[in-house]
Amino acid sequence: MTALLKVEGLTIGFGKAPPVVNDVSFSVEKGETLALVGESGSGKTLSCRAALRILPAAAQIRAGSVTLAGENGPLNLMDLSERRMCDIRGNRVSMIFQEPMRSLSPLHRIGNQVIEVLRLHGEDNGRDAKKRVLDTFDRVGFKDPERIYRSYPFELSGGMRQRAMIAMAIVGKPDLLIADEPTTALDVTTQAQVLGLIKDIQKDTGMAVVLVTHDLGVVANMADRVTVMNRGRVMEAGTAQQILGDPQHGYTRDLFAAAPKIPEATEDKALDADRDFILQMKNVSKTYTLKGSAPWHPKTHVYAVRGIEFGVERGKTLAVVGESGSGKTTCARMALGAERADPGASILFKPDTHAEAVDLQHLNNAERLDFQRNAQMVFQDPYSTLNPRMRVKEALCEPMDIHGIGTAAERTDRAVEMLRWVGLSENMLTRYPHAFSGGQRQRLSIARALMLGPTFLVCDEPTSALDVSVQEQVLQLLEEIRDQMNLSYLFISHDLAVVARIADEVAVMRGGLVVEQGPPEALFYDPKHPYTRALLAAQPEPDINRPIDLNVVSQGAGDPSTWPEQFRFDGQHAPPLTETGPGHMVRFYD
Amino acid sequence: MAMIRFAIFRLITMLATLLVVSVLVFTIINLPPGDYLSNQINELRATGQQSGIAKAEFLRQEYALDRPLWEQYLIWMGFAPGPNGFAGMLQGEFGWSFEFDRPVSEIVGGALWLTVLVNLAAILFVYAVALPLGVLAAARAKTWVDYTSAFVGYLGLATPNFLLALILFYYGNRYLNLPIGGLMDPKFEGQPMSFEKMMSVLVHLIIPTFVIGTSGAAAMMQRLRANLLDELGKPYVETARAKGMSESRMLVKYPLRVAFNPFVADIGTLLPAMVSGSVLVSVVLGLQTIGPVLLTSLKSQDQFLSAFVLMFVALLTLIGTLVSDLLLALLDPRIRFGGRS
Repeated sequence: MTALLKVEGLTIGFGKAPPVVNDVSFSVEKGETLALVGESGSGKTLSCRAALRILPAAAQIRAGSVTLAGENGPLNLMDLSERRMCDIRGNRVSMIFQEPMRSLSPLHRIGNQVIEVLRLHGEDNGRDAKKRVLDTFDRVGFKDPERIYRSYPFELSGGMRQRAMIAMAIVGKPDLLIADEPTTALDVTTQAQVLGLIKDIQKDTGMAVVLVTHDLGVVANMADRVTVMNRGRVMEAGTAQQILGDPQHGYTRDLFAAAPKIPEATEDKALDADRDFILQMKNVSKTYTLKGSAPWHPKTHVYAVRGIEFGVERGKTLAVVGESGSGKTTCARMALGAERADPGASILFKPDTHAEAVDLQHLNNAERLDFQRNAQMVFQDPYSTLNPRMRVKEALCEPMDIHGIGTAAERTDRAVEMLRWVGLSENMLTRYPHAFSGGQRQRLSIARALMLGPTFLVCDEPTSALDVSVQEQVLQLLEEIRDQMNLSYLFISHDLAVVARIADEVAVMRGGLVVEQGPPEALFYDPKHPYTRALLAAQPEPDINRPIDLNVVSQGAGDPSTWPEQFRFDGQHAPPLTETGPGHMVRFYD
Repeated sequence: MAMIRFAIFRLITMLATLLVVSVLVFTIINLPPGDYLSNQINELRATGQQSGIAKAEFLRQEYALDRPLWEQYLIWMGFAPGPNGFAGMLQGEFGWSFEFDRPVSEIVGGALWLTVLVNLAAILFVYAVALPLGVLAAARAKTWVDYTSAFVGYLGLATPNFLLALILFYYGNRYLNLPIGGLMDPKFEGQPMSFEKMMSVLVHLIIPTFVIGTSGAAAMMQRLRANLLDELGKPYVETARAKGMSESRMLVKYPLRVAFNPFVADIGTLLPAMVSGSVLVSVVLGLQTIGPVLLTSLKSQDQFLSAFVLMFVALLTLIGTLVSDLLLALLDPRIRFGGRS
């Protein structure tokens, strides 16, 4: 069997710098899935874009060949004219991208953007073309293809947009689909469904897939063969069975070790009866009022958070898990006093065991200032949370500056101490943020949060923008400082595997409500709620023998009104949160 | 349907804005102490010319300048009856120019249309030049095409308009036999519109259009280039390439369409900038537009004339904004459906 796409000795560089992709070779056969695995900067994206010759203008292909099997023998894609290359793109080889939010033009209707593929490749014969597009929409799981055809991208959710992208990629019936991190920007449950969809389509049409990803779990679920890349070179290549079952190369093993997993072992930690909460939220709701499109239209209400009841125990971590729009970030903002909850709520904060609790809903100025010293935040995106024009020293000293603490020398000393805590060195004080990698920036952002000597940290998805191996290190750091400084965390995440590692208690949120809450052991090994089950089932495991069970995912991940009767939400009416085990609460009708 | 509702809504806000502007204009004009007539009366008293004083006093009463300011405003706008009943802006009575001793409408009449004509021509010129050059500069970014157009553009921005006007007049007249000054041949002035008169106006328009439009075109070209370059880096451009679109077709259909928004939004600000920016040019070139009139009337506190001109400029601005808002809503579904999601 001859390869459909064969890349040999590919070397790509920018300007005069050493190549960023170095002597990379891989091939895909008809109907097969090849996974290109690596962390950011490994050159995996450049390599697959080189196959379609859509590289950034500054990149030069220095050596190598790309051959695509054609009807009349193999085609060397490097030698084709730009015009003939356009015939290949979208027709024989199509591509989907990482960010469905930005990969569709915001100003054109979905139908227009999809049917364009057929028009470009001369397959548009009037009514047939539209029918073909509608059939494709149906195929990718849109319930009302006609409506999607007329919709604009901003009217669809991320998952729907990625489905539209897939429709666009397969409508021309390509021989090869290149998927560049197609699910990285999506929620786990959506990711599972999109991956399942790609697999199904592949089964139907027999197209080959090149899947670019950093997630070994995704690889285990999708790939027939795997090529592992690091720093522009191929580290290891082989069948999925070989690579995932018995990785040979050290780098692959490291990747495996770093991949977050839901732990196997069960040890029941009983919750103390008399718990010492640093932050306790009772009856907390948040309703946003949206103006109508015109002054005379009625206002609409968005119930972002409804009736939250939980507390962060001193020296422990409470994790709040949910997909985008579940209300978890609103929770975090209220816990920091950055957002005021609806009247009737109480959010009590107790800086130490014997201190008087203050209610964040009713702070006076002195109390607020005091609270702000005690509660700090670590943000999601380490690239945008550090001012690019401020040196590390200024960024670190700023909180103390604002609170008027210490002399300049004392502030610098404190900054040095904190840098050591997070594993960076003193001589980095005078650098600017751009000199740091993503992981180092997240360390800086943690150091900044620690400057005021807080007792309580809110971590809003602190690792989701980082590579797996770096993610592991940052989690470890967070655990260490928590234990040594006796900090308490409210940890917001969409990733159950990350949470499994660090949390002492987990609350799963959906649609502004906590659907299940309890110690991680109870939640992971005895999940009661269909949504928690769906989240767990959707979590891709780097184990080829444990594929995602899409049935479980679709049962729980759908709209809350489609859940089994016992659990169903119906508009404003939701079942009560009921205790089913020690500290284990589930929202259902008993 | 939604579009019509939006248009009506915008029209209502525009009228409300115009009302606020009228208050502001009136206040600002009356901020300096005295008015044209009281200045004149003082001057006449000093030189002892009694007959003139009587006429000035009569005018003061006729135009209610002896009343409190708020009453003057209401009478000027036509909200309240003056000495001659309701005779304000709303009734189409624009008042009397003391400086020229003629009704405002008579002085301004012809100049209004010429102003609109000159500025529309300049705006068309701006768009006609900026669009292709901006797109070209972005598509061929960092090549000699880009650098040359940027260089010419900066020259256009940096050269004072009146200087450019003088230079162009000289060379235009010498080599191309273009007329100097004015907006038409003197023999057509006051004549009814005819083909010859139109041709004469068009020939006279060439240099003013170029002079008034150059800096605007240069600035807009740079803005379009920057916007387009931003858009070219967006993922949807890559999607379009991966579909197999040719570069030029892709450029026009996707990024240009998105980069068009600020381009269209500029209409609103361009119009007033042109009108006020062309005052000096109009003086230098001897164009019979409203610019020189505004200048004289402001200098001599000729309040009805200057108020009318300012209101006219404000109206142009608001119409410009209205047009650009409606165009934006037509162009961009996100704005059109803004309130829906």
